[in-house]
Amino acid sequence: MSEKTKPASLFDAAILRAAARDAFAKLSPLSMWRNPVMFATELVALYVTVLFARDVLAGDGDMGFAGQIALWLWATVWFAAFAEAVAEGRGKAQAASLRRARSELTARRMVDGKPQAPIAASDLKIDDLLEVVAGELIPADGEVVEGVATVDESAITGESAPVIREAGGDRSAVTAGTRVLSDRIVVRVTAAQGATFLDRMIALVEGASRKKTPNEIALSVLLAGLSLIFVMAVATVPAFAVYAEGQASVVALAALFVALIPTTIGGLLSAIGIAGMDRLVRFNVLATSGRAVEAAGDVDVLLLDKTGTITLGDRQAVAFIPAPGVSEHDLADAAQLASLSDETPEGRSIVVLAKERFGMRGREMAPTHARFVPFTAQTRMSGVDVDGASIRKGAVDSVLAFVRARNGGANVPAEVRRAAEGIAREGGTPLAVARDGQVLGVVHLKDVVKGGVKERFAELRRMGIRTVMITGDNALTAAAIAAEAGVDDFLSEARPEDKLALIRKEQGEGRLVAMCGDGTNDAPALAQADVGVAMQTGTPAAREAGNMVDLDSDPTKLIEIVSIGKQLLMTRGSLTTFSIANDVAKYFAIIPALFVVLYPGLGALNIMGLASPESAILSAIIFNAIIIPLLIPLALRGVTWRAAPAEQLLARNLSIYGVGGLIAPFIGIKLIDVLVSSFHLV
Amino acid sequence: MTLEGWMLIVGFTGLVALLARPVGLYLDAVYAGRATWLRPVLGPVESLLYGAAGVRPEQEQDWKGYALAIVGFSLLCTLALFALLRLQGVLPLNPQGFAGVAPNIAMNTAVSFVTNTNWQAYAGEGAMSHLSQMAGLTVQNFVSAAVGMAVAVAFARGFSRRSAQTIGNFWVDMTRSILYILLPVSLVLAVLFVALGMPQTLASSLQATTLEGQAQDIAIGPVASQVAIKMLGTNGGGFFNANAAHPFENTGPLVNLVQMLSIFAIGAGMTIMFGRMVGSERHGWALLAAMGALFLIGTGVAYWAEAQATPALIAAGVDPGAANMEGKEVRFGVSASALFAAVTTAASCGAVNAMHDSFSALGGMIPLVNILAGEVIVGGVGAGFYGILVFAILAVFVAGLMVGRTPAYLGKKIEARDVKLAVLAILAAPLAILLGTAFAAATEVGRAGVLNAGPHGFSEILYAFASAAGNNGSAFAGLTATSDFYTYAQAAAMLAGRFLIIIPALAIAGNLAAKPTAPASAGTFPTSGPLFVGLLAFIILIVGALTFFPALALGPLAEATAGVLY
Repeated sequence: MSEKTKPASLFDAAILRAAARDAFAKLSPLSMWRNPVMFATELVALYVTVLFARDVLAGDGDMGFAGQIALWLWATVWFAAFAEAVAEGRGKAQAASLRRARSELTARRMVDGKPQAPIAASDLKIDDLLEVVAGELIPADGEVVEGVATVDESAITGESAPVIREAGGDRSAVTAGTRVLSDRIVVRVTAAQGATFLDRMIALVEGASRKKTPNEIALSVLLAGLSLIFVMAVATVPAFAVYAEGQASVVALAALFVALIPTTIGGLLSAIGIAGMDRLVRFNVLATSGRAVEAAGDVDVLLLDKTGTITLGDRQAVAFIPAPGVSEHDLADAAQLASLSDETPEGRSIVVLAKERFGMRGREMAPTHARFVPFTAQTRMSGVDVDGASIRKGAVDSVLAFVRARNGGANVPAEVRRAAEGIAREGGTPLAVARDGQVLGVVHLKDVVKGGVKERFAELRRMGIRTVMITGDNALTAAAIAAEAGVDDFLSEARPEDKLALIRKEQGEGRLVAMCGDGTNDAPALAQADVGVAMQTGTPAAREAGNMVDLDSDPTKLIEIVSIGKQLLMTRGSLTTFSIANDVAKYFAIIPALFVVLYPGLGALNIMGLASPESAILSAIIFNAIIIPLLIPLALRGVTWRAAPAEQLLARNLSIYGVGGLIAPFIGIKLIDVLVSSFHLV
Repeated sequence: MTLEGWMLIVGFTGLVALLARPVGLYLDAVYAGRATWLRPVLGPVESLLYGAAGVRPEQEQDWKGYALAIVGFSLLCTLALFALLRLQGVLPLNPQGFAGVAPNIAMNTAVSFVTNTNWQAYAGEGAMSHLSQMAGLTVQNFVSAAVGMAVAVAFARGFSRRSAQTIGNFWVDMTRSILYILLPVSLVLAVLFVALGMPQTLASSLQATTLEGQAQDIAIGPVASQVAIKMLGTNGGGFFNANAAHPFENTGPLVNLVQMLSIFAIGAGMTIMFGRMVGSERHGWALLAAMGALFLIGTGVAYWAEAQATPALIAAGVDPGAANMEGKEVRFGVSASALFAAVTTAASCGAVNAMHDSFSALGGMIPLVNILAGEVIVGGVGAGFYGILVFAILAVFVAGLMVGRTPAYLGKKIEARDVKLAVLAILAAPLAILLGTAFAAATEVGRAGVLNAGPHGFSEILYAFASAAGNNGSAFAGLTATSDFYTYAQAAAMLAGRFLIIIPALAIAGNLAAKPTAPASAGTFPTSGPLFVGLLAFIILIVGALTFFPALALGPLAEATAGVLY
């Protein structure tokens, strides 16, 4: 049923073929000028080609060299275009399958409560009411206004388990292209055609609406500035050569210029950005802009809802605390009996705990022997009457009242009350258990913190990110859970406006805040947060307000979103550093080659021992070109990222990409030179 | 090389480090308007000055207002100095009866002193009247230094303020620089110099009888007062043409040491002042450490190079272990000369106690590289500090991304506009130096001034334009820079090197001040540790090296590899 393609592997042959073709189209100066470094390279390539053509026509001797330089300069530009095309290609494959899902959609509009004949989904308008029954595809983004249905959203989310969609509440949003599996719903259209979620998703994965992000712009400015410096450094050389009563070869100068300007990062910059978005998409998170992905890397504070994110969401029995004179075994036995027919998670957890502690099997009891008393809001107790005895469990006050009514108002042991208060203080919920007129003890119900979250939060702390737990619990309970989960701070008895106020306060202090939410009342906070991740299951209002949508509706993903943002920025920084550090070796290759005719002594700078001036220049320019495709996998995959303090990350990346960037080209150019001279290319 | 020589270099560096903190604390207090021990005396004077000038000290300026005040003030100073030099022949205090200074020299000199370059296209004792020296050049020594200090303080405020619209009041910052710092310290230094034998008189010359029994006129004058501010304000314009190699301008080893310390004092102190202003002294020390590392490397190389005999001397049969003493004062020797050369070029001072032209190829390349690196190794008073901050911004931007966050320095996000302005500031010097050198190298008018043939002559041209654009003012010598071409081209380079950096720097300050300050966390790019110090030093070197490598190859490197002394 799902048409979602599997995430394309890094080098899918079809994508590569398409990208190789697209790369030629991208060579057009009209699309190239957006990238100043590659545009400059293209101009130089054009210039050298003209020189080469002139030499060919004039039949000059040295034209083989100029021709090879021209070839490699064009290769440099093409490689950069190819990198971008490969990055886009993976999105395009995904967009194609999404488009297929869209094209088949038809809709039955409701007029005066009656469904009409099917029309094309493209004719729908906002606020139209549509009827969708089991087996049909939902034709437009909208809100369920009537009915409840199970919906298969795998076309969008890739998740095959169906989800419930119902009128009212926070699960009312439906998405075009998803399929109703059961029942019938009436949907009010909320998004105009062309602006639906599916449309946005197609545009996003295709990169059609891609704008340069703030950081990308800043980096482009730096790269353009560096290129300008090198324009001056190279353009003044002919004048210097005049002083030395010689000449500098124009082709060699052109090669020097292209070797010096940061073509490596310039060529890979947009591929890195597209790949970052793509990583997020494959992680089933849609960001509305690259800006949001960057902001994710900068997040200082994570606001996490307690329920579902930090705790499992259900309270679980963790201990039996018997009253004086009662054995723990007795208490467990009674508690289990009282819970046998209790299908709530709390009730089941009591049965399980008794089994774990004392090996008590869940007993099947004939209904003639036992009468189960269900929980009601009035009694706040549930239990069982069996063999003449009444066993009850429930809220402490209610159970104690029940006991007093049975034993004529005798005092209950103070220990029981103390135990109950102690449990409440630790953030748990006490559940009293009684048999007829006797209190047996209390069961400690606890909000259980998910496994592994404590380690995740410690990881975040090492990265300098603060976690704040948001909960409706009272301060006492919240503090206990916060301490157990290891969050840095908590907001208890939180109302939506408190969340908003907290975000504003953190932002006022200069921090960036990320949060996730699904309800309509989360919308203001989602809009205010720097990174607002709305759950796909959430309301349309929440999805509009956030700048990311999590298709899996898994709030713990915030942490991964942050790391994807960080990885994107790190990849950019690492390759920039690498690119600039490369220049040192290129200078040592080209400068002696260029000037050795003027001052033979400058041959001493040829520390790589390159075979000849021509082979040195050619080798440097070949290295400069092929380093781009060699780094495409790194650009697309991102540099290795792990949670560590900034100091460690810097030391690590600086030694790999900084020091490595200094050394690698010395080796690479030397190797290429050996090949170039052994094949007599010059 | 001797142990004594190394001890001088290392000991000097240590003294600068010791001096930095007290100076920094004092500067911080002065600019914040807090109580200092001079305030009871000078506070009323300060208020009086504001009253007389109609300046309201509490009224601060945004970056545009600040920049406008600086440009306007500098323009006015240039015109006034130009007029004074042209008219000195008819003005009083001209005992030698000098005529008015030629227009191109007057213009060059006016620009040179207003931009804190103090490049001298004239011979001090043979061209300037006492009035020109005292009311013209010495006054500019103070105010041009004060302008640089004011810009540095305004730049620092860009980091220390959060969500602010203003970066201070230029008139107040300049007045305080002169009143509380430059004047009193110069006074103390001048008295000290006089006590150590430096002349300070209005008389123009001394009659002396030479060993042959002939009478000789020896030029003297108000030397000590000008030397004090020339060093403290990193001006470098000497009273005598021979500058600090002249026995009256540099009377002995102790004066030599004090002079070098006063060149670095304010520049080093400003880093600590900055640290205090932004609430993290460590950040100030990190900047100073980066400066110190680059300084020690350069000075070490220069000392090593000068401690060898030159190839020509070796060819003539001199012991290769003998030092290169050509162009050096025997009173100071190799280490103090190499150290002085490194100090004066690192700090944009330009005073010299040896002829850099006579250094060996590599030894002479160090002063050149110090200037080409942007005059940020301590640097000119104020100018070096805002220069290194521009580099710090770039270093943070490039490397900061590697920790996975939008780069931020001291809680200020570095964004497109900041990068654009920083790149502009960094482009200014290469633009002036490379274009100037290229034009001079390729044209007859340019090559006419060159003394030596071959790559050494090229170095002379390169050094001249570097010195002008770096607002250094020291001369490699050898180059005759009094032609129309050189005087005007150099003036253009000086203006570019001054204002094309000051204006973007102030714009950055305004931009940063307006931003909120994000608190630091474990995820913040560390900008005060040894890693950052190394990174910053490396970025400064690599930007300088990448920009000027072709030029350096054709100058000092060609000379060094040829092994020929031109």
